[in-house]
Amino acid sequence: MTGQSPSAGADAPRTPVLRLEGIVKTFPGVRALDGVSFDVLPGEVHALMGENGAGKSTLMKVLGGIYQPDEGQIIVGEKPVVMTSPLQAKATGIVFIHQELSLATELSVAENVYLGELPKRSFGRVDWKTLYAKTNEILGRLKVGFDAKTRVGDLSIANQQMVEIARALTVDAKAVIFDEPTASLTDAEKVVLFDVIADLQSQGVGIIYISHRMEEIFKITDRISVLRDGQYRGTLSTAETNEDEVTQLMIGRKLDLSRNVSHHDLGDVTIEVKGLSCGNLFQDVSFQVRAGEVLGFYGLVGAGRTEIAETLFGLREPSAGQIFVQGEEVQIHSPADAISKGISLVPEDRKGQGLVLGMSCRDNMTLPQIEDLKAGPFVAEGAEIAIFDKYRDNLDIRTPGWRQLVGNLSGGNQQKIVIGKWLSMHPNVLIVDEPTRGIDVGSKAVIHDLIRSLAAQGYAIIVISSEMPEVLHVSDRIAAMYSGKLMRTFTSDEVSEDNLIQAISGLKSDQAAAA
Amino acid sequence: MASGMLSTFLKRGAIWGFILVELIFFSIAGEQLSLSDKAFMDLDNMLLLFKQSAPIGIIAIGMTIIMINGNIDLSVGAIFALAAIVLLDSMTWPIFAGLGDWAIPLAWILALLAGVLLGALNGFIVWKTGIDAFIVTLGSMLGYRGLVFIYNGENPTSHLNWTLVDFAEAQWLGLHTATWFLLGATFVIWFIMNRTVHGRNAYAIGNNREAAVNAGIRVGPHMMINFMLIGFLAALSAVVFYSESGSVNPNDGELYELWAITAVVLGGTKLTGGSGSIISTFGGVLAIQLLRKGLGHIGADTETVNLVIGLILIAVLFLDRQLNIKGKEELRV
Amino acid sequence: MPKITKASLGRFLAKQGILIAFILFMVGFTLANERFLAPENVMGVIRSSAILGVMALGVTFVVISGNLDLSVGSMMSFSTIVVLDLHDKLGPTLAIPAMFAMTLCLGAIIGFLVGYLKLNSLIVTLGMLSAIHGLTLTYSGGKNMDIADKEGTWFSVFGQGELLGVPVPILLFVGLAAFLGIVLSKTPFGRKIYAVGGNGVAATFSGIRRPRVVLGCYLVSAFCVATAGLLQASRSLGSQNTVGQGLELEVLAAVILGGASLLGGSGTIFKTVIGVLILGFIQNGLLLVGLQFYAQYVVTWVIIILAVWLDIAAKRGKLLSPIA
Repeated sequence: MTGQSPSAGADAPRTPVLRLEGIVKTFPGVRALDGVSFDVLPGEVHALMGENGAGKSTLMKVLGGIYQPDEGQIIVGEKPVVMTSPLQAKATGIVFIHQELSLATELSVAENVYLGELPKRSFGRVDWKTLYAKTNEILGRLKVGFDAKTRVGDLSIANQQMVEIARALTVDAKAVIFDEPTASLTDAEKVVLFDVIADLQSQGVGIIYISHRMEEIFKITDRISVLRDGQYRGTLSTAETNEDEVTQLMIGRKLDLSRNVSHHDLGDVTIEVKGLSCGNLFQDVSFQVRAGEVLGFYGLVGAGRTEIAETLFGLREPSAGQIFVQGEEVQIHSPADAISKGISLVPEDRKGQGLVLGMSCRDNMTLPQIEDLKAGPFVAEGAEIAIFDKYRDNLDIRTPGWRQLVGNLSGGNQQKIVIGKWLSMHPNVLIVDEPTRGIDVGSKAVIHDLIRSLAAQGYAIIVISSEMPEVLHVSDRIAAMYSGKLMRTFTSDEVSEDNLIQAISGLKSDQAAAA
Repeated sequence: MASGMLSTFLKRGAIWGFILVELIFFSIAGEQLSLSDKAFMDLDNMLLLFKQSAPIGIIAIGMTIIMINGNIDLSVGAIFALAAIVLLDSMTWPIFAGLGDWAIPLAWILALLAGVLLGALNGFIVWKTGIDAFIVTLGSMLGYRGLVFIYNGENPTSHLNWTLVDFAEAQWLGLHTATWFLLGATFVIWFIMNRTVHGRNAYAIGNNREAAVNAGIRVGPHMMINFMLIGFLAALSAVVFYSESGSVNPNDGELYELWAITAVVLGGTKLTGGSGSIISTFGGVLAIQLLRKGLGHIGADTETVNLVIGLILIAVLFLDRQLNIKGKEELRV
Repeated sequence: MPKITKASLGRFLAKQGILIAFILFMVGFTLANERFLAPENVMGVIRSSAILGVMALGVTFVVISGNLDLSVGSMMSFSTIVVLDLHDKLGPTLAIPAMFAMTLCLGAIIGFLVGYLKLNSLIVTLGMLSAIHGLTLTYSGGKNMDIADKEGTWFSVFGQGELLGVPVPILLFVGLAAFLGIVLSKTPFGRKIYAVGGNGVAATFSGIRRPRVVLGCYLVSAFCVATAGLLQASRSLGSQNTVGQGLELEVLAAVILGGASLLGGSGTIFKTVIGVLILGFIQNGLLLVGLQFYAQYVVTWVIIILAVWLDIAAKRGKLLSPIA
């Protein structure tokens, strides 16, 4: 472990623009941040990396004053500060460029750049002249192709991001934090963004750059700090490290590929998809899953993985292609159709899509089959409780009782309720989208084991995940998606981190070599 | 992007296109069917149209800023009635007896003040309790209406002041007094919403409340100011209308909130807040009044007006959704 | 034994607050005037609340499913006028089912617009308020409607009759409340309504056909409105064509007072009945202690604000809102 490594070009000791010392933040049942310490030097691009759930977003909320840390301190320049709000963070020179843009799209660029600080004239009038002049001056520095009067809603996402950056430049920014800034940018737009970052750098601003994309990290950053499970795992100098070392720090172990070998016999093909397309979301996707098999879908966010699941589940209308369940072609136009064909979906947004948080555990679990659980015209509550008890025991769901509101359970137990909801209907196919998002580490392993044991019981399972160790760990085969296309399906013998990363980055060389 | 701008343009201009269609339709249909031989687009007819638009129009202007802010106000009809009673009753108060016609401006000020206070109370409750404005103003709609009835039971409150009636019935530069007030309110509120910091912040709050809060905009005071403005405008509407009529029934102003919301929605303001234009609401008000007059002109029963307006409102909502739909591959939830 | 903490007390108050308030009211008014709890007074109050109450039952379904229904007032005028008109044309036996069918058609239209076309329920029902009002005025030719032979019809039994000493409107209200209460709490349809209102997306992801559920709620609402129209018409055997005007918001007030959230997913028929009774008894109690009839509106306003405030304050754990 490298701890505090020497800074990138430290000829003379420079005062960091921002320093974090031993930040601890706990939530009921979770230690989200556990002693995080690192610093950002002036003119440095400092990458912050870690898997989903490693604590990056919690750390950013602490920096932005949305959460108060339980322990530790934030030092800006040489002064310790207590962040109380995003506004105050901005006043101290810490500015955020959010992944989800926080702009008022109906207003003009200038009004967004100076949101909350519009220059005033007499009678509370807006001083438009000053506003436009100041904004255009900043826009000039960013060399963008739109002007201060443009309505933000008429701009592309990349240009909207520039508006956020322009907002950062209205104050004397000491540190600018970019959260996944390239997630929705084209290559040309990325170049512009990197120019802006280099420009900020040359003005002595410190930059924290949060991203999953190794290529970008190695291109533009000076140092890399890594978080894992809320803990600080060290800071590496970008010039002196490589992708393997960073990955290992993030994941914490050499990948154990041995465990994904199937130990049971596969049955017949349960679900087969031929040439499935849905508009511009994904095109010509074909695959099959056998009983007892886990097919993993891996790819970047936006590659079309979730959209395939939603189409199979009747939430989107396919524009072409066929779906076969147990050899028979099926037409699916609604989730009810999908459920009747034995297809079930554990969605990625557990709280938004998977559960009615204000309803009890039992009511959530029996929701899809409530019409079938009738005694005369009434719901057969006895049968409901029997189902709940059975799957509470089978899945080891920890809850005081069936009356407990689902909203009060932990993430892992909530996920088990969603899984139990479908298992109790004995489906043919179980699609699990991001099975462990937002779930603490201990429960992750439990969910992984559960998926493997369900496969052993003969379910055909599709797992979608953004976490490479997860797909490698639970899948018998892995389908790599890139930009709406299924690039290649790997068996467990063929797969390696390298060829998987290449496949999801749209590089075909390896595929050609392997073919 | 071009198509996006086109649809934005279409949506913004839609209400004026609709008014144009109404004018053409009623003029032509009027030629064929009209019982009177006057043309529909007769000058006097149009001047009257503006005047008759004023009471609901002034309130609808206020409703627009409330809805841009992301709220709603169901109590405007009751505020309207209460302000009218204050106006007419205060002129008969013994204290003002010696003032002669000077009692008029005092009565006006008292009525407007009553409106501002009632609006402020709504705004304050929304701000401090965090209860949804729909519920708060649903409650005060009942409460304020109760005050109206407590004031004078079920009897009308009347006071005719001929100086006032002459003023209200007068025409200035060809336009009626009420029309001037409607135009004035439209201009002032347009100015506030488009040229002042308060107005721009109100847009920002309705558009993206979280972003506004993070930028340090204080949501509460802005909401309260807007509730005071709509209270003022509801009272102004009463002042303009009852100066002329001189008599208020305790049920007056009932359903005005719903008419005002209808005009605002026709003008293209969204219930979710953040977008909307004062000028388009003005168009919405004119469109409704035009429909009222037009149907009368072609000899349709006045009763059918409600039917037609209701159906148009739903049709507008449907068209707006169709314009915003993304395509067949959209998620069906 | 669970310890009584400030938080748990807050939760208890929030959950049962409306019931406690109701009991306190009853005790207070009884102390002020012993006639208050006399059977004939109680009966009178429930009887006069029956029309509002029946409508509130249906609106409860709509609100729990996460929508609004502002059209019930003008729809009630429609039902009343239609049944009175058809009474003389077809006779009561045919008039009643015909009126129910027509009212249910209106409910189906709203359900289609809100459920299947996914249009905003506030604006749709606002538009329908206006449209149905226009329809009623056109239907009645702008005139009030009266039954020709008021003495010789059995039609008055719904509004004026008694069974075993209990007025028929009360029996209808209580019977319908019990029936709909069971539908909501014990049947799959009821369960789906809570799911759709609590989290419509998750309900869809669980295979529930949300449009059907929403349509069902508006049909229930229309059925209740038709029943209310029947009671109204039968009580007076004649009616103005604006008889239901303004009732939509009073009905909604009763439902909210009962604790249903406008966001959907919460509320019960029992609580709505309590909300209706509170409104009725406040009106009656204030009259008995010598206050003006219209003072009830002001009191209702204060109670609605306090009830909702208590509810959300307990949920967020703070009395004042965090709005800056």
